[in-house]
Parts: sequence; structure tokens; C-alpha cells
Amino acid sequence: MTEMDTLVEIKDLRTYFYLTEGVVHAVEGVDLTIRRGRTLGVVGESGCGKSITSLSLLQLVPAPGKIEGGQMLFYKPVERNGSAGMIDVIDIAALDPKGREIRDIRGNHISMVFQEPMTAMIPVRTIGQQITESIILHQGVSKREAREQAIDMLARVKMSRPERVIDDYPFQLSGGMRQRAVIAMALSCRPSLLIADEPTTALDVTTEAQILDLMRSLQNDFGMAILYITHNLGVVAEMAQDVVVMYMGKVVEETDVKTIFLNPLHPYTRGLLSSIPQLNETITQPNRSRRLQAIKGMVPDPYSRPKGCPFAPRCPHVIPDLCDQVEPLNVQAEPGHFVRCHLYSDITSS
Amino acid sequence: MPDQASQTHTSAAVSSSTEPLLEVNALKKHFPIQRGFLKRVVGQVKAVDDVSFNVNQGETVGLVGESGCGKTTTGRCIMRAIDPSSGEVWYQDPTLGRVDIAKLDNKEIRLVRRSIRMIFQDPYASLNPRMTLQEIVGAPLRAMGLIRGREIEDRVAEMLTLVGLRPEYMRRYPHAFSGGQRQRIGLARALAPSPKFVVCDEPVSALDVSVQAQILNLLKEMQEKMGLTYLFVAHDLSVVAHISDRVAVMYVGKIVELASTAAIFSTPKHPYTEALMSAIPLPDPRPRDKRVLLTGEVANPANPPSGCYFHPRCKYAKEICTTTAPVLEEVAPAHYVRCHRAKELTLTGAIRPSL
Amino acid sequence: MSTANPLTPKRRWWEFGKKSALVEAAHEKDENFYRAGQWQLVWWKFRRHKLAQIAMVVLGIFYIIVIFAEFISPYDPEKRFKDYSTLAPVNVRMIDAQGKFHLPFVYGLVRGRHPVTLRPIYEEDTTSKIHPITLFVRGDEYKLWGLFPSNLHLFGVRTEPDEFVPLFILGSDTLGHDMLSRIFFGARISLTVGLLGVFLAFFLGLILGGIAGFFGGVADEIIMRVIDVLLALPTIPLWMSLAAALPQDWPQLKTYFYVTVILSIFGWTILARVVRGKLLSLREEDYVMAARLDGESEGQIITRYMLPGFTSYIIVSLTLSIPNMILGETSLSFLGVGLRPPTISWGVMLQEAQNLQTVAQTPWLLWPVAFVIVAVLMFNFLGDGLRDAADPYVTG
Repeated sequence: MTEMDTLVEIKDLRTYFYLTEGVVHAVEGVDLTIRRGRTLGVVGESGCGKSITSLSLLQLVPAPGKIEGGQMLFYKPVERNGSAGMIDVIDIAALDPKGREIRDIRGNHISMVFQEPMTAMIPVRTIGQQITESIILHQGVSKREAREQAIDMLARVKMSRPERVIDDYPFQLSGGMRQRAVIAMALSCRPSLLIADEPTTALDVTTEAQILDLMRSLQNDFGMAILYITHNLGVVAEMAQDVVVMYMGKVVEETDVKTIFLNPLHPYTRGLLSSIPQLNETITQPNRSRRLQAIKGMVPDPYSRPKGCPFAPRCPHVIPDLCDQVEPLNVQAEPGHFVRCHLYSDITSS
Repeated sequence: MPDQASQTHTSAAVSSSTEPLLEVNALKKHFPIQRGFLKRVVGQVKAVDDVSFNVNQGETVGLVGESGCGKTTTGRCIMRAIDPSSGEVWYQDPTLGRVDIAKLDNKEIRLVRRSIRMIFQDPYASLNPRMTLQEIVGAPLRAMGLIRGREIEDRVAEMLTLVGLRPEYMRRYPHAFSGGQRQRIGLARALAPSPKFVVCDEPVSALDVSVQAQILNLLKEMQEKMGLTYLFVAHDLSVVAHISDRVAVMYVGKIVELASTAAIFSTPKHPYTEALMSAIPLPDPRPRDKRVLLTGEVANPANPPSGCYFHPRCKYAKEICTTTAPVLEEVAPAHYVRCHRAKELTLTGAIRPSL
Repeated sequence: MSTANPLTPKRRWWEFGKKSALVEAAHEKDENFYRAGQWQLVWWKFRRHKLAQIAMVVLGIFYIIVIFAEFISPYDPEKRFKDYSTLAPVNVRMIDAQGKFHLPFVYGLVRGRHPVTLRPIYEEDTTSKIHPITLFVRGDEYKLWGLFPSNLHLFGVRTEPDEFVPLFILGSDTLGHDMLSRIFFGARISLTVGLLGVFLAFFLGLILGGIAGFFGGVADEIIMRVIDVLLALPTIPLWMSLAAALPQDWPQLKTYFYVTVILSIFGWTILARVVRGKLLSLREEDYVMAARLDGESEGQIITRYMLPGFTSYIIVSLTLSIPNMILGETSLSFLGVGLRPPTISWGVMLQEAQNLQTVAQTPWLLWPVAFVIVAVLMFNFLGDGLRDAADPYVTG
């Protein structure tokens, strides 16, 4: 992996929410690397901060949230003096959330697809109007040309009869079709990064399969990177090449997708994997005990983070007086495999 | 499916262990579509359209399907939470004997509802926010007149402990609890009158993965402890596979396949089931075999296609599929399929060689 | 269940019920909070609304005035001071003509002539002695609520038996009545007509809205269309015609009651819609179905499961309809078709301020307007605060 492959590098991102009840450290020092053309899966349950991380990347954090620290380096490909291949490094964390620069990035270089397609689209404008708006804004082409591009995009997302759908309103489409329309909107300007925040959670499993398949083929065609956020480990296995596991605002494990399933190191990751029903075992061993290895306890109150490692109260391998006192550092337990856990910290970090 | 003799309820209370606990027969629920000021009926949404299956004592039957297939409506009809349009629901009630729930009057329904209970999907909507846990869990006991006063409090304490909550929580209100804990409360309420049969309407769909596991374990534990029978309605196929002994797959109001869990998932015989199996995202990073991807959209229950409802999306469809509706028949021991070509097709399941 | 406020109210209030997992995990800390029933939660949420707190205080003061009007007013509202009619508000001073500081006081008045119009006017007699405004002064006789005779007034000016120093803080009207005293007494009518009207509207709205929401179908359609028609009618003309039809020679109380009834004709409609809407949405809630499956009777379901769900909305709707009633009565009486003298209400008092000349020359006759505005504003703030607090279980 050379430097040239890196598209986005998030370093020590901190995003806090200032509520009347207290401060919630939604993202507490997250490090992520998104590589060009590859899919990074971000796995975690509710409250782990994965969605806020992606919103931070686009400076879309809603009030009363605020990015309090860290860097988000975007290696933006530019054309200068007629020669492509130049890279501009922009720290998104330093950009003004309302400024021109971030608006130039949103929808253009980095796009986002959300979970609920119905609320992602304006109900009173046609699909075509919403797609072309983005194209005209960023590429400055004429309305007619933008419409051509929009129809082309709808065809690419395998929408049946794109020239008719382009004049439909969102309520006229089914859930799966709406999600395709949203994807078409997001990709209309050929971004180099697509952020997908649980895009298939609200869909039926057969529609989900179609959308996942679509996203993989589009990635092939356009060569874009995908930041795929989900809580579904099955989807991660299907879509991601690299995986990051988050818990309470921190990244606790980071490696490629094969390793995360075959050799998970962090107790939380292992807990997650053992608590999901594994279809293989269910079918091939129908008589074995039907108990899942659940993680005990619950996610702690976000206003009172436990001292030390946030997972310590629930961890089956907790080391008393260490895990509940000192926060573990991120170490490279194996080449390309990072864990934030005291069990592995006698291995020196890279 | 055994023949249904038309009989009214018997007075004997003893249930035979060979007879199924629940026999659903040709259940239908149609919702009228009304238009205009005078609310004229212009059509019917056939939410449940001729559903038949059995549930045996002590087993868990999973009811799966995608949105709009009618699985939730089926569960609610069985409980008479909504009234079926037609069909029979034979149930071995401990007090009344074998009765057809669909035909009972109000008084008898109340008796039957002591032994058939329900767990709901949304932990935030299924508990009255203005009642304490004691009142919520005690409500069935009080309303059914089973026990009174001090005994109710004891029983509530017992139920809360059973589901893993502290008995002193009974003075608290639901807003004090998380989603997983609320489902435990709902379970305590469902089990308070010591039922025999529980309809679980997507009980873990709204929960996080780690909490799901806790609740699934709890359901299993309760089943063993109290000798319960479950009808598990869900859309998450891995969860259904984990907890069910047998599975029924529904599509647009009809059961298209009914078999043991292992059979459904490894050797499905209906093309729709095959597509479902193929679509499940497995937590297994190895590359998959070629997928069966469905085209088109789910059929509209208000205006379903002719013949077999699935034929427009089925890659194995033939002429007969467009004209004649197939019936549910037994093509292998205890394996029922609704497909003209079931006997001749060989379909792939979700099974994978082990890691 | 403890009713004490938690230790640090500002920190404790909590956006519960929200599905955002940021706040999903229950804290182990505050048992008070976990055991807090609906009304406790509503109260805590209400207390956060600053304007509503102010409104509560101001309205509290207003209604104390309503109750103790006889005691709080400096003068008898019906007493005419013929010599001192149409007097501008007296100058309440704290610094005298010599520049010395005293507690609030007034100078006596001396009769003179206006230099231009040659009309008799009263001016401050800065040479007279200082008359401090004191508390608990003996003055005009009254019977508190018609029962308890007394002559003690909250504040006034102590004078020698033969001198008279008018303490007309808001001036006097054309018949020589003290404006402030009349305003205080007028509050009795103006601020209670609203309440009575609202209770009538409450019953009508609850019953009709309940029928519409619970039974649906034809009953629902009919009731909703009736409401649509009523809401489309212009209120003031309708009120006027109905009020004008009331016989002139009826006793005050009877007129008052019927005016209240007329005002409630429209009041129930909004409430009925609110009740119906809430009923329709509550019917579909899972916990209502669960209650039915538990074997609860329909009566129980309505009273224990559904009614508590919209009681607070009813209170909000009622609170917000009170300003309309107040404005209604004021308008009707101002136009001469509502209450009439000798009944004292703010609207009746405004009958004197009906032409431009009056308003230009004696603007203090408009003081009742200020009180109407304040009362209406305060009820609106109160209603806003209640509305925000009404459903403590809803997200956001």
C-alpha cells in the first residue's frame, strides 16, 4: 500500500455533542484509512459513533455536535496545467462547514447514501430534478445535458425504464427503486468516495441482495472507494475488503475482512461474532445447543464513560486494575491487524 | 395436512400429544380498499390468502417472508387480535378443549387468551408508558381474574426475576429501560399467566446484535422451563433458522414452502425460497457461488398476478405457472411446497462448507 | 413515590423515549426519575420553559387580584368622584419639588384653569404636604365576596378626614371612577368568562371528539364536517348577532352566562379535533392491542390506556383557547353587544374609548387594553410551555 493509494485519512477525530444533560463523546479519537477503489466496512452497534464519523467527514454534524479535534485528510485528485494525477491534500476538519470548499467536495468528490431513501429525497420534486441539480451544480452543464447524464445514471443503477422514472416522484417508486435512485443521485458526479450509511437495513433481503450486487458492480465500473457503515456482519463479509470495528466512539479493531472473521482479536469483535446465529452451524449441526454466546451487560450510559477501556465492564477477559484504569493503546498485533486491547499491548506498536 | 372434520369444540380438556397444538386451516384475511366520500369498496388486499399449517406441542415454527407477505397478519389472526375473513384456527385449549378460535364468542376468547399470548416487535410502543412495571406485567393477571392483590405482586416479582430483571424494578416506569430490557418486560407480561403458546411478532428485529442474542437465549430458556410452543414471525432468516424447528415461507399471503429448518435452508424446493437463501448475507468472507438474483418487485397483494403469484419473477416459470395456481402439497416427507415444478427442480440452499 | 425534585433539576431532565442510542442505556443513578409518573415528568419538562414560568407568576397575580379585588383596589369601583372626573393618572413621585428623596408619594391636587381652553383642570399642588402611599389603609367600605364587611385596602393614601387626595394611578374616567379599581374589578368578569367558556367547550369537545375518534365511520364524518362549517364562519359577526339577540333587560348574571355559552360555540371545535386525532393514533398503538389481549375491558382501555395519553393535550388545547374567549368578550362588550354597564369588564370599560377625540385627549381610558394584551400573552406563553411538556414520552 503506497501513499498514492490513500484517499482519506482520519486521524484522532473527536466529535462531541453538548446536550443539557452533559457532553456525549460520540467519536473519541478515531483513526481510519480509506484506500482508493476499496471498500472499508465500519461495523458497530447503536451508539458506537459510526454514523457520526461519516457525518463528520462531510462536515454535516448536526447541532449541538461539534468536531473538537483531529484531522480528516482528503487526498483529492486534481488536474493542474492539463496534467492529471496531482493530489491536493485537504484537511476537512479545518474547513468551514458552510464554506465553499466543503460544498465543492460534497456530492462531487465525496457522496453519501443514507438508510432511509424516502427521507433522503425531496417528496415534491421529481427524481430527475434531484439528480440533475447535483450535476448542474458541480459540472456546470446545460439542463438538457444534465438530463442525459441522469438518464444514463439511472440506467446504470439498473432502474427499469429510466426515461420514464426520471419524471416520477419518490412516492411513486418502491423501496428498492428509491434506493437505486438515491444511489444514482450520489454517483451522478462520479465521486471518488461513496459513504453508505446502512443503505440496505430498511430493505427486504432480496432487494438488499440486488442493491449490494449493484454497488459492487458500480464500484468496478467507476473505481470509487466505499465507506460502508453497518451493524450487519453478513453484509460486511459481502461488501468490504477492509474492516474496522467501533465501540463507544473508538476503533477497537482494524484489519482486512478475511482476518476479522477467521482471527478476530478484540473481545468485543469475538463477542459480536459469537452472538450472531451462524447459518452454517445451524444447518449442519441441528442438534447442538441453541444457545448463542451473548455479550453480557449493556452499552454503558453515554454520559458516564467507564474509566479505562470502555468495554471492560462487559469483557470476558478483563484484567482487573488494568482494563478498568488505563485506556489501551492501538497496537499492531500482526502485520496489518490493529487492536486496542491490553491483552495484546505487550507487542510493541508500529 | 390432515383433513379437517367440521366439529365444534369438545369438552374434554386432555390434549393428545400426537395431535397438533395449533391447526391453521385455509386462513384468509382480506382488507377492503375504500375510495371516495362514501367509502365504497373497490377492491381487496389479500393480506392472508389461504394459509394452512400445524404447530406441535413444544416446537418452534418460524414464519418468514418479506414485507407485505402477510406473516404479521397471520400471527394476529391466530390470536384473534384481528378477525380473520374466513378459515379455521383449531387450538387445544387447556380449559375448553379443542376449539376453533376463529368462531369463538367474546367470553370464550378471553379464556383462550390465557394460554395464547403475544410478544410485540417495537419495545417502545408495546408498553404503556404511563404504567409501572408492576401494573404492566400484572395487567393480564388482574384483567383475567386469575389471582388478586398480594399474589399479583409476588407473581410479578417472580416473572421479572425469570426474565433477568430485578424485582424492585416493578416500581419503575418503562422510560427507565433500554430496548432489550423492555423486550424482557414484554416477555414477562406475555408469560405471566403461564400460557402454552406464544406468538412472537418479530421480537428481536428492533434490537442491537448483542442484545438480540441475549433475548434469543432468554426465549429459548423460557421455552424449556415453561414448556412453551412458539410461532416465531420474523424477516431475519439467520435468526429464524437458529430458533425454529420448522419454517414456513410466505409470499404475498400464501405459504409457498413448509419444512424442517435444515430442509428449508439446505434443500429448498421452491424458487422463491431458493432466492431468499441465496440473498442472505452470510458472515463468511469467502466468495459466494453464483447468486440467484430476483428481478422485478414483490407482487401487489391487492392485484396479484394470475396463476402462481411468483411466476413473473421466477426463472423456472413455464406456461402452466401463468394460468393455474399451484397448491401446497407434500413432495418429500414433511416437506410441503406450492409449486408446479417442485418435483423436477433441484435448487441450491444456503449451506456452505464449514470454515 | 417520591415527589421531591431531583437534586440538580437542570442536569436530570432527560430526553427519554428517544430511540437514539446515544441516550438509550438506562442510568443506574436516579431512582426518583425511574419511578416518576407521567405528571411528574410533565412538570419537570414544563419547568424548563422560561416564558411559561413567567406566565404562571403573572397569571397567578392576576387571579389573586380577581379573588381579592375588593381588598386590592384602592377605591370602590362604582364610587364617582364627580369633581375629579377624567383626571389624568396622578404623578407618583419619589423625588419631591425640592429634590429630596422619599418613598413613593403623591401631592395633593388643586383646582385651576387650563390656560387655553379655560376649562377647570386639576394640577399638582407642589406646595401641599407629601402624601405617602402606604399599605393597609382604611378606605371605602366593602363586603368581600358580598359576605365579609371591611374597609381595609391593600394600599392607599392616609388623609385627614376633611381633605381628599385622589390616588388615581391610572387616572379616572368620564364619570369620575378610579380606573385602576375598575380594571381590577373588571378582571373578575373578563378573566372568568374565559374559564367558564372553556369548561363548557371541554365537555362538548371531549364527548364529540371522543365519539368521532372512537367509533369512526359515519359519526366521525358528520362531526368533522360540522366542525369544518363552524370554523368557516366568521366569529365576530356570529357572536354579535347572537349577543344582540339577548334581551336588554336581563339581569347581569344571566347575560354573563349566556355570553359565555355563545363564546363556547366555537371553542369546542378545536378540542374535538385534538381529541379525535389523538384517539385515532392511540388506537393503533401496540400497547393498546396488548391491553386488549390481556383481557382488559373497553372501559379500562379508554380510561387507563388511552385517556392518559391525551389528557395533557386537552389541557394544552383548553389553555390556548382561553385567550380567544377573553378577546371575544372584550370585543363584544366593546361593541356594545356583550355585557353592558353597570357590569364592569374590560370590554365595557373600553366602550368609553370609542372615538378618536376621546383617545387623543384622554388616552388613559385605554389602559384596559394593556391588561387584555398581557393576559392574552401570558395564557399563550403558558399554553406554549404546556404544549412542549404535554407529551414527555414523545421523541424530540
